[in-house]
Amino acid sequence: MTGPVLSALLSHWRRRPFQLLTLILGLSLATALWSGVQAINAEARKSYDEAADILGGGGLSELVRQDGAAISQDTFVALRRGGWQVSPVVDGWLPAKNGRVRLLGIDPFTMPRETATGAIVAPATFPDMMGQQGVIFAHSTTAARLTSFGDRLREIENLTPGLAIADITAAMALTRMDGFSRLLISSDQPLRRTPLNEIAPQLSQSTPDAAEDLGRLTDSFHLNLTAFGLLSFAVGLFIVNGAVGLAFEQRRPVFRTLRALGVPARRLVILLTVELLIFALIAGAFGVLLGYLIAATLLPDVAATLRGLYGASVEGTLTLSPMWWLSGLAIACIGTAAASASGLIRVARMPPLAPARPRAWAMANLAAMRWQLGLAAACLGAAILALIIGGGLVGGFILLGGFLLAAALALPSMLAVLVAAMSLVTRGPIAEWFWADTRQQLPGLSLALMALLLALATNIGVGTMVESFRVTFTGWLDQRLVSDLYITVDDEADAPALLAFLDERADAILPIWYVDGDVLGAPAQIFGVSDHPIYEENWPLLASLPDTWNRIAAGDGALINEQLARREGLAPGDALPLPGAWSTTIIGVYSDYGNPIGQVVLPLDTLVARYDNIDRSDFGILISEDRAEALKTDLSQSFGLSDDNLVDQSALKAFSMSIFERTFAVTGALNVLTLAVAGVAILTSLLTLASMRLPQLAPVWALGLTRQTLGRIELMRALILAALTFILALPVGLGLAWVLLAVINVEAFGWRLPLHIFPGDWLWLAGLSLAAAGLASLWPARQLAKRPPADLIKVFTHER
Amino acid sequence: MILDVRNLKKSFPTSGDPVIILDDVSLSLNAGEVIALTGESGSGKSTLLHIIGGLEPAKSGQILFQGDDIIALDDNQRANIRRKSIGIVFQQFNLIPSLTVRQNLTFQARLSERGDDVDLAALSASLGLDTQLDKFPEDLSGGQQQRVAIGRAIAAKPQLVLADEPTGNLDEATGRSVFDLLVRLARETGAGLLIATHSQALAAAADRRLHLTHGKLTS
Repeated sequence: MTGPVLSALLSHWRRRPFQLLTLILGLSLATALWSGVQAINAEARKSYDEAADILGGGGLSELVRQDGAAISQDTFVALRRGGWQVSPVVDGWLPAKNGRVRLLGIDPFTMPRETATGAIVAPATFPDMMGQQGVIFAHSTTAARLTSFGDRLREIENLTPGLAIADITAAMALTRMDGFSRLLISSDQPLRRTPLNEIAPQLSQSTPDAAEDLGRLTDSFHLNLTAFGLLSFAVGLFIVNGAVGLAFEQRRPVFRTLRALGVPARRLVILLTVELLIFALIAGAFGVLLGYLIAATLLPDVAATLRGLYGASVEGTLTLSPMWWLSGLAIACIGTAAASASGLIRVARMPPLAPARPRAWAMANLAAMRWQLGLAAACLGAAILALIIGGGLVGGFILLGGFLLAAALALPSMLAVLVAAMSLVTRGPIAEWFWADTRQQLPGLSLALMALLLALATNIGVGTMVESFRVTFTGWLDQRLVSDLYITVDDEADAPALLAFLDERADAILPIWYVDGDVLGAPAQIFGVSDHPIYEENWPLLASLPDTWNRIAAGDGALINEQLARREGLAPGDALPLPGAWSTTIIGVYSDYGNPIGQVVLPLDTLVARYDNIDRSDFGILISEDRAEALKTDLSQSFGLSDDNLVDQSALKAFSMSIFERTFAVTGALNVLTLAVAGVAILTSLLTLASMRLPQLAPVWALGLTRQTLGRIELMRALILAALTFILALPVGLGLAWVLLAVINVEAFGWRLPLHIFPGDWLWLAGLSLAAAGLASLWPARQLAKRPPADLIKVFTHER
Repeated sequence: MILDVRNLKKSFPTSGDPVIILDDVSLSLNAGEVIALTGESGSGKSTLLHIIGGLEPAKSGQILFQGDDIIALDDNQRANIRRKSIGIVFQQFNLIPSLTVRQNLTFQARLSERGDDVDLAALSASLGLDTQLDKFPEDLSGGQQQRVAIGRAIAAKPQLVLADEPTGNLDEATGRSVFDLLVRLARETGAGLLIATHSQALAAAADRRLHLTHGKLTS
C-alpha cells in the first residue's frame, strides 16, 4: 500500500514543479541564512577557544597579583624554592600593521606540557628562542603583520592568528615589562609546599577567564548575527508554510479519495511526513551549501570587524565540521515540521468525506485574524514588560522580538482596515470589485506581506541605526582626533631625541601614553593627557563636573569613557579605584564609540608617576596644514620613520571609517538578503494564489473586462499592498531603530547614540520594495493576461 | 448473501429535535446482484452508501459484511475492508488528478496488493479507454472520467461495489452507457452492486429496486 500512496502524493509535485521549487527554495533560503550565520559564529568561537586555550594556559590555575601589577622575578624564585611548580608568563602587545598583536612570553623549560602553548612549541626550537633576540613564533597571517621583526619571525600554522609566542626574556624586552603577568601552576605539584601566604601574600590563585573575557566582549556581536539569522529563517519559513499549506489544501480531494479507497489516516500522515522529510533533507542540503557560500563570503568582513572592534583574531577561512552539516539539516527538518505541523494535524483529524475546499487556504476567516491580533497584543505586552522590568542583552532582544512579532501579526488586520478605508473613497463597479477582491485575498497573501514587513522594518531600523552611528561617529571623530599628525616610534629610546626635534618644529606635542590594567575587575586602558587647551575645546564630554579640564590638569581626578561609566554605574563625583591600589575622583564622562573596553584619562604626570610599564611610543602633534608634509619628510629622513609610523589626521579618519564600513558590511549584506527572501515570498504567494483565482476572475472576465485589464489590475494590487505595507513598516522600523540605539547598543557596547532620521533612504527603500513587489507580480499578471479563454470557460462548465 | 444491513439508524443533532436521516433501514445483497436505490434529494441514499462503505458512522444497527459488523470496527479496520473488498464510485469521480489514467485505473488494486492481477489491456478496452491511458483526468470528458472511476473500483475485484449517483454529472446518453458498463462489469466479476440513482429508467435495469423516503426504506 505504501508505494502507490507515496507515488500518488509525490505525483502532485511532478505536476506542479514550480510549487515544489517554491517549497525547496523557501526552505533552502531559510536554512542557508541560518546555517551561514551559525558557521560564522562557530568559526569565531573556535578561534576564541583556541586563543583562550593558549592565553589561559589550557585551563591550568594561575597566580596573579591582586593589585594587577607585575610579579617580580624574586617572587617567582621564592615560589620555586618553596616547592611551587610554577611557570612565568608575560602577556602584552606588539605594534603591528592594522592594529596590534598579542604577545605571550613563556619559559619553555618550565612551561607545563599539557598546555596548548607547551604542545605547540617543539623542544628542538628552545635554543633558538633563548635571549632577548630569540625567535618569535606566529601564524603566517600574523607574521605578515609583524613587519619589523625580520628574521626573528618563525611561522607556525597551528598557532591562533593574532597571537605571537616568544621566550619570556624576549617578551619582557619587547613589552618593556620588568616582571611577569602571571604564573601558571602545573597540575603536577609536590605533596609539601610552603603556603602561598607565607611566600607571596600579594598573590592570589585563580582560574583563567580569557575565554570568558573575549566571549563576553563578542557576545553582543554574535547575538546580533544570530538575530539576523533567526529573522531570515522566520521569513523563509513563511514561504514554506505558504507552500506546504497550499499543497495540503490542493490535495485535500486526493486525501479524501485515498481515505475512501481504504488508506488509514495514520498511514496517510506518516507518508506525508516522510514526503516532507525527503524535501527537508534535500532543501536542507542545498541550504547548508548556500549557507557555506554566504558564510565564506561574509567571514573576512566579520573577521575584520571582530579584530577592529574587539581585538579578537578570527581566521578568514571557513572550516566545516560534520556537526555543522548535521545541525543545518536538523534545522531544515525542524523548520519544515514547524511550518507543516498544523497541516498534518488537520489531515490526521480530517474525516474521510471532508469536503474539498481548495480556497480554504486563502480564505482564512475573520476569527483567525482576530486571534492573530490577540497574539500581537500579547507579544507587544511582553515587549513592553521587557522594556520596563527586563535588563541585559537578552531583555533587549525580547523587547526587539516581541515588538517585531507584534507588528507582523497585526499587519493583516491593519491592512484590512486600510483597504476598507480605501474602498470608501473610491467609486465605480470596477473599484468596488477591486477593493472587495483585494480584501478577500489578504489572508492568502498575509504571510508574504508579513515577511515583507519584517524585512522592510529591519532595513529601516538597522539602516537608521547604522546611519545614526555614522553621523555621530564622524562628528565624534572630527572632535576626538585633535592632533594633526600621529607619530609612533619603534623604539622608545628614540623618544627624547624626537621630542627635542619636534620642540622647534611643532606647535604642540601631545603624548599619547597609556598602560593596560584591570579597572573594577575588567580590562581597561589608562591614558595620560598633557595640559593643553585643545582638549577642552574638542573633547566630547557627556557629563562633567564644573571646571573639568583645570581639575584634570591639577591632578584632582580622571575622565572615564561612557562604556565604563554605564557598566559600573559611575558618574562624575564618584570615586574610581585604579590599579596600583589607589583611587581618584571621576571628573567627567566622555563618549568613546567603537571601543569595547573601559578607558580612564589621567593627567600625564600622574600616569608617569603611578605606573612603570607605560607604552610611550605614540605622540600627537599640532601643526598647521602647510607645514605638515615637510615635517613628515624631515621625520622620515632624520629618524627613519616609515609611513606606518607617521599618520596624519585625515588618514587616521579614513582608516577609522574603513573599519566602520567593514563592521557594517555584514549587516548590510544580511539586510539585502532578508529583503530578497521577502521578495521571493511575495512572488511565490502570488504565483500560487494565481492558480486558485480563476473562479473569482472568470465572472469579471465574462462581464467584459479583458484578460489584459485583469492582468494590469493584479499588478496594481501587488503594488498597492506593497506600498501600504511599506507605510506600516515605517513606524515599526523607527521603533526598531530606537530599540537598537537606546537599548541594545547600551547593553551590548555600553554607549547610547542619538537617533537621526534619513527620509532619503526611506524613499529609496520604498522604491525598492515597490520594484520587488512589481517584479514579483509581473509573472503571474502576465500569465493571467495570456490565459486561454478555454481555461476561464471551464469555471462555468464545472469541468475544472 | 454478501451484505446484510440490519436496523440501521442515523440522525444529525440540531438545536431542536435531531434530524432523522436513516430510520431503521434493513436490506441484504447477494453476490452478483444489482440493487438500485432511489429516492429524492436528501432522502438519505448517499448517507446509507457512506455508512455501508465505512465512511460515516451510524447511530445504531448492524452492517454485516464478510463476517464483520462494519459499524463495530475501528477506523483502521474499516479502511482495510474498504481497500480490499469494496469498490466505491462517486458522483464527482474523485480521481487523483496528478496520476495518469493508467495509474488511476490500477490504483486501488495496487493499494490492496493485487496490482499484478489487473489485465489493463482488457479492462481499458472494455471501458473504451485504451487510447487514453497516458492522459491525465483533466484531459478527459466527464463520461470518460467516470469510466476511469468505475474501472478503478472494478479492477481491485471487490465483493461489493457502491455507486453513489455515478451518472448524476453526465448527460442522459452518457449516463446510460456508464450505468450499463457498471452493471456489466459488476456482473462479470460477481460483485454485488448497490447503486444510488435519481433515474427511474436506469433503476428499472437493476435486479431489485429499493426506495428511500425520509430515511425509511420501501421496496
